[in-house]
Amino acid sequence: MTQLALVIDLNVCVGCHACVTSCKEWNTSGTAGALADMNPFGKDPTGTFFNRVQTFEVGSYPNTETVHFPKSCLHCEDPPCVPVCPTGASYKREEDGIVLVDSEKCIGCNYCSWACPYGARELDEERKVMTKCTLCVDRIYDESLPENERKPACVNACPTNARLFGDVNDPDSEVSQAIRDQGGYQLMPEWGTHPANHYLPRRRTHITIHDDELVRADNPLNKERQLPMPDADDPTLDETTSW
Amino acid sequence: MHPAFSVIFLTTLIGAGQGLFLALYTGQLYSAFKLLPVQDSANYYVLGSLIVLVLLIAGLVSSFFHLGRPERAWRAAARWQTSWLSREVIVLPAFTGAVAAWGLVHYTGWNPLLFTISDTYEIDLSLVVGAAATLLCFFLFLCTGMIYACIKMLQEWATPLTVVNYTLLGISSGFILATGFAAWQDSGLVDFFGGWAIFVTILAFMTRTASLIRNARIRHKSSLETAIGIRHRHIEQKAQGSMAGSFNTREYFHGASQRNFKYIKWVFLVLVFPLPLMLLSIGLSAQAISLLIAAFLIQYVGLLAERWFFFAQANHPQNLYYQTV
Ligand code: SF4
Ligand code: SF4
Repeated sequence: MTQLALVIDLNVCVGCHACVTSCKEWNTSGTAGALADMNPFGKDPTGTFFNRVQTFEVGSYPNTETVHFPKSCLHCEDPPCVPVCPTGASYKREEDGIVLVDSEKCIGCNYCSWACPYGARELDEERKVMTKCTLCVDRIYDESLPENERKPACVNACPTNARLFGDVNDPDSEVSQAIRDQGGYQLMPEWGTHPANHYLPRRRTHITIHDDELVRADNPLNKERQLPMPDADDPTLDETTSW
Repeated sequence: MHPAFSVIFLTTLIGAGQGLFLALYTGQLYSAFKLLPVQDSANYYVLGSLIVLVLLIAGLVSSFFHLGRPERAWRAAARWQTSWLSREVIVLPAFTGAVAAWGLVHYTGWNPLLFTISDTYEIDLSLVVGAAATLLCFFLFLCTGMIYACIKMLQEWATPLTVVNYTLLGISSGFILATGFAAWQDSGLVDFFGGWAIFVTILAFMTRTASLIRNARIRHKSSLETAIGIRHRHIEQKAQGSMAGSFNTREYFHGASQRNFKYIKWVFLVLVFPLPLMLLSIGLSAQAISLLIAAFLIQYVGLLAERWFFFAQANHPQNLYYQTV
């Protein structure tokens, strides 16, 4: 069974919000209607977004690290938001595991948004129906687009390639390999939602150097005890002789 | 969570309606089994069921204000296999219908004797209709409570105590109303209802306090560490993806100051339990209708505060993502 998902590399994300704007741009022209933008130039602008980039600071000064954290619906494999919906407007597609809301059926009761631990669902203030990331379901199968553009808008927009898209149930897919090789993890595993989207952790490359790797431990003269061991800061044999 | 007034009114109004119906029907059962004098005034049951209906319908109307698309509300009956909300949407009208039928049987007087038990107890149509309504009534309490109790992410709600409290608080409110109603109708059941009202209110006080104690000691399963998957004790949010509010900041936060939040807890603890109990006992011994009615009204105001607090106290894990603008 296919389960399409995003894999987001926190090691690479620079927090530029390109995915946020391209998501909004694509989805506000979707068939379900525009994503609300209330008071865009007023005091308290607010609106519907399927994807938001948040920023966290990890550690205390001066040992801090800034983590940019894109957040959208994780298309859980066991989505708690679906069974609670009284109308059946929220559903998970059999064929590719995408979780969707049927905007024609939704009564805007907010109940599904209570069941999602990630706050991934937002009620659209204008259309009064629940909205969320669709994984650009109206894009990824569109054969009128060139093949390399049949991906969610956010994936196409990301300048650092922090967003990968594919089938997490196919062990050979790019996303599955990335999860395996680079320690991909899921958010809030404690709720048993089995999110399909994964995150790749921040990674630092460390190399451990031991003292004896800095010192000529194999000094042949020392070995034969003809001369005392030279001081550590003396020039080495390699430096004093030209072969 | 943000307490929505539509839901606060829905749950308190139907709770009172359900409790009142249970009180009236208990009275009827007792008389059928010859434990209490029979209520022969036709008005008593007809008026009683009318009040129940008014409360239920007022609750139903208020629930519509919660919906973004009320015109599609009928669709909500579709997923009764999985959704407690859907079940409530079916059971509420069914119960309302059953109460209407019960009232109608009393009103028309068409109440044929169906069978007798050991030749002494006569079971007529109204008793059977009432029994069906009673079943629906308890199922409605179960649905209402489970809507909240079944969401395991809201740990303050995810306990059987939620269902117990909805049921007992509804019954308490309904029985207090029934006491006032019986006094007004001069029906002789005042002490019967009053006694039960006091008993149930004390019981509700114990279970509601139990849930307060439970929630005060709750350990939340999610933390910023699990929310973003980074193991570090010091994680601080610097931006939440928008400078002003969003659905996420409006729907899941109660927005009251910590002081008012605590204050409302004490308000409801006083208004729902000791004050009505006091008024009830004085009203019962002095046979003062006005005190009995006041007991119901004051407790109803308290129940509004109780429901507000119930919502406000629930801490949604998504709030971890919305700590600072
Ligand atoms: S992230 Fe939330 S909205 Fe998306 S599938 Fe999971 S529970 Fe449902
Ligand atoms: S808001 Fe819409 S999608 Fe969500 S539970 Fe209600 S009807 Fe279903």
